[in-house]
Amino acid sequence: MREFRYERADDVDGAVALLAADPDGAFLGGGTNLVDLMKLGVATPDLLVDVRQLTSVEVTGLPDGGLRIGAAVPNADLAADRRVRERFPVLAQALLSGASGQLRNRATTGGNLLQRTRCGYFTDVTKPCNKRAPGSGCGALEGVHRNHAILGQTLDGPGACVATHPSDMAVALVALDAVVQVVGPDGERGIPIRELHRLPDDDPSRDTTLRHGELITAVDVPVLGFASRYRKARERASFAFALVSVAAALRVEDGVVADVRLALGGVAHAPWRATAAEAALRGQPATEEAFGAAADAELAAATPLRDNGFKVPLARNLVVRSLLDLVEVAR
Amino acid sequence: MTTIDRLVGAGVDRIDGPAKVRGTAAYAYEQDPGEPIAHLAVVQSTVNRGRITRLDPSRAEAMTGVLAVLTPANAPRLAGDLASDLPVLQSPEVHYQGQVVAAVVAETSEIAKAAVGGVVVEYAAEVPDVVLSADRDDLYAPEKVMAGFDTDSVIGDVDGALAAAAVTVDATYETPAQHNNPIEMHASMARWDGDSLTLWDANQGPHTIVSDLVKGFALEPGQVRVISPYVGGAFGSKAFTHPNQMLAAMAARVVGRTVVFELTRQQMFSLVGHRTPTIQRIRLGADPEGRLTAISHEVVEHTSKISEFAEQTATATRVLYAAANRRTTHRLARLDVPPPTIMRAPGETPGMFALESAMDELAVALGIDPVELRIRNEPAEDPERHVPWSSRHLVECLRTGAERFGWAGRDPRPRMRTEGRWLVGTGVAAATYPTRRRKADCRISVDGRGRYVVEIDGSDIGTGAWTTLSQIAADALGVGLDAVELRIGDSRLPRAGGAGGSTGLASWGSAVVLTARDLRRRLEEQYGGQLPADGLVVDGGVGGESPHAKTHSMHAFGAHFVEVRVDRDTGEVRVPRATSVYDGGTIVNAKTARSQFLGGFSMGISMALHEESQIDARLGHYVNHDLAEYHIATNADIGELDISWLDEPDELANEIGLKGIGEIGITGAAAAVANAYWHATGLRIRDLPITPGKYFRELGLT
Repeated sequence: MREFRYERADDVDGAVALLAADPDGAFLGGGTNLVDLMKLGVATPDLLVDVRQLTSVEVTGLPDGGLRIGAAVPNADLAADRRVRERFPVLAQALLSGASGQLRNRATTGGNLLQRTRCGYFTDVTKPCNKRAPGSGCGALEGVHRNHAILGQTLDGPGACVATHPSDMAVALVALDAVVQVVGPDGERGIPIRELHRLPDDDPSRDTTLRHGELITAVDVPVLGFASRYRKARERASFAFALVSVAAALRVEDGVVADVRLALGGVAHAPWRATAAEAALRGQPATEEAFGAAADAELAAATPLRDNGFKVPLARNLVVRSLLDLVEVAR
Repeated sequence: MTTIDRLVGAGVDRIDGPAKVRGTAAYAYEQDPGEPIAHLAVVQSTVNRGRITRLDPSRAEAMTGVLAVLTPANAPRLAGDLASDLPVLQSPEVHYQGQVVAAVVAETSEIAKAAVGGVVVEYAAEVPDVVLSADRDDLYAPEKVMAGFDTDSVIGDVDGALAAAAVTVDATYETPAQHNNPIEMHASMARWDGDSLTLWDANQGPHTIVSDLVKGFALEPGQVRVISPYVGGAFGSKAFTHPNQMLAAMAARVVGRTVVFELTRQQMFSLVGHRTPTIQRIRLGADPEGRLTAISHEVVEHTSKISEFAEQTATATRVLYAAANRRTTHRLARLDVPPPTIMRAPGETPGMFALESAMDELAVALGIDPVELRIRNEPAEDPERHVPWSSRHLVECLRTGAERFGWAGRDPRPRMRTEGRWLVGTGVAAATYPTRRRKADCRISVDGRGRYVVEIDGSDIGTGAWTTLSQIAADALGVGLDAVELRIGDSRLPRAGGAGGSTGLASWGSAVVLTARDLRRRLEEQYGGQLPADGLVVDGGVGGESPHAKTHSMHAFGAHFVEVRVDRDTGEVRVPRATSVYDGGTIVNAKTARSQFLGGFSMGISMALHEESQIDARLGHYVNHDLAEYHIATNADIGELDISWLDEPDELANEIGLKGIGEIGITGAAAAVANAYWHATGLRIRDLPITPGKYFRELGLT
């Protein structure tokens, strides 16, 4: 572990200024991921700016019926919020399917979005990883990759990376079209969450489109108005990252799909919005056959690795089952 | 002296419970030697095979707070022919990934760990050879397998009997490498006073550690003291000496201070052993009524290049069922892996997965109920040694378990029961584990007021030995628990074997009983039954195996019944309920025994569904080396477990009639889960763990 300085600022602008002045610094939220990575030597900030007291710990209503979630709201509190449970069950379910009770008490909304991959090559500084050490190669590509990506990977070249994004919450927020509010050295901006996380492309070292010094202050979730759910498949009943997860919302009118949201977790470097499946479904009958065809349309682009081909039929089954369950809920 | 009710059998609360709950029970890392403690951290090899070509510690040495950097060039020379990975820092040769190539000693743990990054090491590395397969051309037969068993056993004409059998099963089963992960990481705190060494240490038997330290540092036994009153779990990884003890002692000598070394969780995956992966071919032949005519069990497993650890995987197959023609074999590959070691029920655990899965496949092939099939093959005597059982109640365990579980009326066809999206099935498997005893010395002293002190170098690694041994002592002395002070976990105490092989209580308990008997006889004969005013000290013990061990076959038995649910959409597996019934001889403490059975069986579920050390075939390391990625069953994975036992003391096994229960619970458990999985899904998974990925593989969808 590298020695580091620890600072607190009086307000968000002060924190942003502190970090903007230090290219090797990092914000500290709940620390449930960053501190582990520092112990392993994977993250080596020379400055930690503690922002836990700076952003809101409140969930407040937005005029349209949506919610604004303060960046410091603990995962446990967010999952327990009555409005979240009633209006966005997909979000509450996603939160409760992640980590453990202790971690959810500590982890923040902003920090959850910025979790780094649990790829075993990323977390071991003695092994090749283009995300941690650009140009060193991707150890997982031909190595142990049972739980790695099947969509949107970079399979060769200096940007090769097959890591997955570990967050459950982010998958739900992607399905919900959330907007991430940030304050940075150049002022405030709102980032549609689908533009926050990025695919590895030619630079897997960058997980997100955040600029250095930008601090997440809140996450806005617009009103949804129809049924949603989160379903996560994992190798043990608790405290395991998703093999595949599905965040789904569905509105059916007269047996026809009027609106649908689908996002997949555990399949890509970013929460994966299943736009092809959504497009294939709109206006189609809400049947198992149509759901399967939509899943196939999305997964046609899958490029599974040697040992994770099971994620394709697993994702298909989860999509179909989640949508069928939502049809049941609507009845 | 007053006669009181027997304490053995009662569910006495753990004597050490309050101290552990309050955090006042000091583990090795928490000891206070009365001086500032220096901390040790290690630099580990990043290659599996090769040699160090350059090692530059200068940047680490220059860091403030660093006291010393030990390297193969400057580390104290160790004497003797230390085995395996114990000659730490004695050579530039690298034999496995994670091998210690340098050690930093510093004022704080943080400085030591930071300085590890300041040691530059370069290697001339060779391509690692880490993949086990049954068709390697370098497999060899070890001279013996673990615990002194013969490598092979061949009786009759197996091939002929298989060819003539009405029904046969021929299947290959695989279990992955697994790692012991006790909650307390291995930790050693060393302090030298002149030429005398004190080591506070997490281990399963202080005397075992002493002998390696005596050898390595060329000392007399009286110059080394190992103290280990509390140990936070072990499962076998703490049975033998590992590099941590040698390093702590070495570093303390170099810096002239007390030094502590606690492994990180990641280091647990390279420095303290693992369970070998296995590839096991089982062939069974039976007549139409299900009577076995042939059993063949051929095992392929690995060991490391620098040590031979030959897991006794097929040995349970030598005792479980009757058959006239039998063959068991063990073959090893020497790979560039860290030395494997003991992990709960080494041998029986992987071996019983294969045998008991194959028995289920045979039951299906025959159309015979799997409980009935096992009963039909109950041997009247040990089928290979041809001696009688000291006691054997497997059939009773099966029948009692079937009753408690509600086995009767089970539809044997697979994939017939569903609940919602769950496919539901049930399965059964037998359990067995040898009953043994080791030599143990003991001293009991009594003062004039009737206070007894019982001293023996036993170990409580979370098993409950503090409590159970006190119960045995109190009964043997004819006094209450409060009149007995037990002293264990210190090599200054009378010598005894460690907690391992489920021999602890059999050995220590027998030693205590025999010594207590001697003390009571002397009180009677020499003092007319009165306590002498200045007390009495008696040394005694037990010489080793039961006098009946040569003429009888001694084993614990059990039966597991498991319900499994498999999500048909995801392949996720749950075990909502299970029943296990054990023949463990005398149960000394109903509460701690239940915990042992529960823990063993839960570890079996964990093995069936989760545990797998994933090795990178090219880079040669265990990739999932932490508890987030090396999955162990969580509470949510364990359903309702119905644990019970037959009350059948084994009078021939030892003075207490107990059989040793630390390991029996895990044996057979994974097979029971796999068999229930087959019943639920119609899919036979022969390679553990049973993951969702394998569900789709078996469905042909990957």
